[in-house]
Amino acid sequence: MRPIAIVGAGQAGSALAAKLRALGHDGPIKLIGAEPVPPYQRPPLSKKYLLGELERDRLYLRPETFYAENGIELITGTRVAALEAAEKVLLLKDGTRLACAAIALCTGADPIRLPPALGGALGGVYTMRNLADAEAMAPEFREGARVLIVGGGYIGLEAAAVAASKGLRVTLVEMAPRILARVACTETASWFRALHESHDVKIREGTGLSELRGSQGRVSHARLSDGTEIAVDFVIVGIGVRPGTELAEAAGLTIDNGIRTDAFGATSAPGIFAAGDCASFPHQGCRIRLESVPNAIDQAEAVAAAMLGQGVPYVARPWFWSDQYDVKLQIAGLNSGHDTVVVRPGDRPGSQSHWYFAGPKLLALDAMNDPRAYMTGKRLIEAGLSPERNALADPAIPLKSLPLSEPVEAL
Amino acid sequence: MISLTFLTADGTRIDTEARPGVSLMEAARNASVPGILAECGGACSCSTCHVYVEPGFAGLLPPASEGELDLLDFVCEPDPERSRLSCQITLTEALSGLTVTVPERQG
Repeated sequence: MRPIAIVGAGQAGSALAAKLRALGHDGPIKLIGAEPVPPYQRPPLSKKYLLGELERDRLYLRPETFYAENGIELITGTRVAALEAAEKVLLLKDGTRLACAAIALCTGADPIRLPPALGGALGGVYTMRNLADAEAMAPEFREGARVLIVGGGYIGLEAAAVAASKGLRVTLVEMAPRILARVACTETASWFRALHESHDVKIREGTGLSELRGSQGRVSHARLSDGTEIAVDFVIVGIGVRPGTELAEAAGLTIDNGIRTDAFGATSAPGIFAAGDCASFPHQGCRIRLESVPNAIDQAEAVAAAMLGQGVPYVARPWFWSDQYDVKLQIAGLNSGHDTVVVRPGDRPGSQSHWYFAGPKLLALDAMNDPRAYMTGKRLIEAGLSPERNALADPAIPLKSLPLSEPVEAL
Repeated sequence: MISLTFLTADGTRIDTEARPGVSLMEAARNASVPGILAECGGACSCSTCHVYVEPGFAGLLPPASEGELDLLDFVCEPDPERSRLSCQITLTEALSGLTVTVPERQG
């Protein structure tokens, strides 16, 4: 019997495999991962794991015995070299030819690396994506070490927070005029800038990296776009990711900011599906691709159902989180297309939330140390409801009794 | 090892063991207890690892943080006496025998 093969043993791949079994599929399942470890959680890599507060086996999404116990053949350390879409055949790097009943591509995303011409191949230059990345850079986190972080998105800011917490001297450069330019409003960026500056992180916005220089193959200096040169002990590059589309693209599948799927996760090739960071899918009349754990899980489970002929259209309910120092940021919704941001002070010192609107419609919110605002906003967004903006800005009006600007429906 | 019992919404009893230092959520995940989603992996960010702690044990647990209480306020069918987020309970030998009930629905 031909197996269902899942390419990519990350959060999406592992959720998809488990869901196939939970839904009663009793045929063979192969879960194929390029990394030499069982499926694990990535978010703690840039946080607790790097701080040494979490043992390696606690990163694993499920105990190593889970896969065999559930009849899932976990094949680690194995890259898929090619996909023959029409025949639903996978060619593994070791030459194995695997004919499949159906295939799910859960190939994730790969960090954008600094080109070797700019010094990206020097020793002491890291990206933050995999367990191997975290383990390679961990020994660099020594008190007093000088680290340059390239990129002021959430990955860069989380790395800065860990480094500053461990007593490193941290400089972060962001080419755009401000940090979080792609993902958050000015208010949120300002809030995090102040947070990092209070921990002595030097943030240089509107400043790009021109070149890394080194001696004996190891980075020692960074030349910045404003002409200054700084001495560094190591560098973390956090300038975004690209969806893992290579396999799909080479096989002739349609690519559209990721592997293009319909609402059931079906790609342009019959019997081949995609889920997680690598997949773009329809969402509220647009097409989006999400880089997040909750989406990887929810979408993978929806696709598992679709692969078994039990599918319903996947409806994404985007949410995200980031931990920096003692601040917990929770984000609900997608803020693209917003025209107003309402700032609401929280109930406690240091808590605040920023609510994104397009006209009267609530799109998203960023909640800093304010889980009550987050939960309230998330439920409103998922119900398609919007609070009245003036009331929202008034912290004297409780979250639970915010007047709505849309017709009131039961939450 | 610490012995634990999870009672799931459909009445199934799952007995398991965990080592000290891991969270109750991790123990549930390792035992494949259905109904504990733990989408955020234990960052106290999502409230999808809600459990009801049997009354006899509630007093042995450290009190919930403000952040945990805030999230518990929004779970399905919260019980002020028994509701906890399992990712926020670190297991110790003193908790051996702990029994918790998994709610019918998370989120």
